[in-house]
Amino acid sequence: MKNKLLHLPAFAVSALLAATAATAQERVVHVYNWSDYIDESVLEDFTKETGIKVVYDVFDSNEIVETKLLAGGSGYDVVVPTGPFLARQIQAGVFQKLDKSKLPNLSNMWPQITERLAKYDPGNEYAVNYMWGTTGIGYNVDKVKAALGDVPVDSWDVLFKPENAEKLASCGINILDASDETFAIGMNYVGKDPDSKETADLEAGAEVYMNIRPHVKSFNSSAYIDELANGDTCISMGWSGDVLQAKARAEEAGNGVNVEYVIPKEGTYMWFDNLAIPADAKNVDEAHEFINYLMKPEVIAKASNYVQYANGNLASQEFLDKEVLENPAVYPPQETVSKLFTISPYGPREQRVLNRLWTQIKTGT
Amino acid sequence: MAEISTTSHSGPARWLVVAVPYLWLLLFFAAPFLIILKISLSDTAIAMPPYTPVFDSFGTLGNFVSQLDLENYFFLAEDALYIQSYLSSLRMAFISTFLLLVIGYPMALAMARAPSRWRPTLVMLVILPFWTSFLIRVYAWIGILKPEGLLTVFLQTIGLMGPDEQVQVYRTDIAVFIGIVYSYLPFMVLPLYSALEKMDGTLLEAANDLGCPPLKAFWKITFPLSMPGVIAGSLICFIPIAGEFVIPDLLGGPDTLMIGKTLWTEFFGNRDWPLASAVAVLLLLVLVVPIMIFQKQQQKVG
Repeated sequence: MKNKLLHLPAFAVSALLAATAATAQERVVHVYNWSDYIDESVLEDFTKETGIKVVYDVFDSNEIVETKLLAGGSGYDVVVPTGPFLARQIQAGVFQKLDKSKLPNLSNMWPQITERLAKYDPGNEYAVNYMWGTTGIGYNVDKVKAALGDVPVDSWDVLFKPENAEKLASCGINILDASDETFAIGMNYVGKDPDSKETADLEAGAEVYMNIRPHVKSFNSSAYIDELANGDTCISMGWSGDVLQAKARAEEAGNGVNVEYVIPKEGTYMWFDNLAIPADAKNVDEAHEFINYLMKPEVIAKASNYVQYANGNLASQEFLDKEVLENPAVYPPQETVSKLFTISPYGPREQRVLNRLWTQIKTGT
Repeated sequence: MAEISTTSHSGPARWLVVAVPYLWLLLFFAAPFLIILKISLSDTAIAMPPYTPVFDSFGTLGNFVSQLDLENYFFLAEDALYIQSYLSSLRMAFISTFLLLVIGYPMALAMARAPSRWRPTLVMLVILPFWTSFLIRVYAWIGILKPEGLLTVFLQTIGLMGPDEQVQVYRTDIAVFIGIVYSYLPFMVLPLYSALEKMDGTLLEAANDLGCPPLKAFWKITFPLSMPGVIAGSLICFIPIAGEFVIPDLLGGPDTLMIGKTLWTEFFGNRDWPLASAVAVLLLLVLVVPIMIFQKQQQKVG
């Protein structure tokens, strides 16, 4: 959620492109996706192959997308909401059903992922999975070792035990500013059902963060990639691919920062980002063509190789780089997957309790 | 308005002149405000748009009105978060405005006392930062204030800071004050300058001739005469700072509590448009008092 305004220039540029595209009356598709979430050449290839121009715009929080969609007339043809948000948006009537006759590449999808997605989209009528991943710990290997000694970093204890957090405070702790998943992880850590919506359980989850709050430097969900990469932050709750991108950036910069990602042994939140078409989309055919294109095994493999997130496309796995497919942080082994959990959407009243606690954690008020 | 109605001109041209500002206010202030007010009386819903009831036709007006209530306003009174956010915003705005005045006044005075051929250049220099996007300027402050930023490097280079020390300002309230004072300074300096420039310099000469020391002359003559500029500048800064969101979000820490941020959470995080609207309506009421003082002052001057 951190910097809503980070992508304003990108937005202005795409608005400009949109204006010129409309006057030229060429085929366009307006795509709204997460930041740092695609290999840009995929978009160029799509335009080359189909003649459809892609107006590509990015966001860094589900909340921004949801607000735009609920207001109506967002102007986007393809958006990429995460599971619980998708479920609520379907309920609110934001999306249209996919025309599966226009999506022959559906046959490439991974049944295991499609099945899990059905929790949010019963019958898989509205969305197809784009990427999925986990929320784990990203850390600076050397700095954490310097602060904590030679202990294995394989548990949420490293972050959530106050005595550890205290030692790590000076080198920088970041927590994702995404209340729903942070609470699920907190509740799971103290042995509660991560999908619980009971106030008492949510409070127990909040307690985990309250205990380490004095030692937390920041709560953000996008700037932490660079901060991990340049050493400003030494440990962060983070999304798998983001942390791996931070690792790659640090290696590229050759600054001696060694970033690693771990899925803690207690298990963690498994999320799904999915392609869906708003009910008021203007370029419905183009949107279907775009989604179908992204389901081509070699295309989505290219995207996964670039962003280091796993995709929901089984057929793509033969095109994946070995270091992506065999990286347990990206494609976790089966025994890890069994410890991953998903969460259902919060109702309005539960959401209020949740965000009120979250505000209390962040501001102490 | 008062001036126009007392002139001898009449006919459609006069009405047009009067109508334009009123139409402007109606379209861009009254109409949006009424929409916000209406949403603040509604309830949340999982729908598009995410509140109910939605006005559909005049036939169901009675039913529509009966569904509106003040529930959201009662909720704001129940939870200390909102009161504290308002108070914290007002505190930030008050301190920032004071700092702006302390920094802006000498600048404006120096500009007003400068040789007249320099003045246009000096005014231009004050306006110059506007040529770069506001957002980019705030981002630039991140680059300056962050622990490995330019300020740390500078202080280390001139030896005021050891190589292991870092400036710990970014993501604190101090950074927010720096950002606000920097961003709003032109809005403080320009009204002060225009008030000071109009001042009759012979008054100070007379005071000097009569044996009044310069400092006393400043407080007896210059400052009282610049009061309209002080009030205008302070209000132009105070009001938007109280509702500021961008600067505290980019430069402040997670515990920087301001009403703009609280409103953001209601609107985006909780998807509670009705409560967010109620917060906005109350913010307007909190700020209407200084606006009225401002207007009263303007009338006195006029």
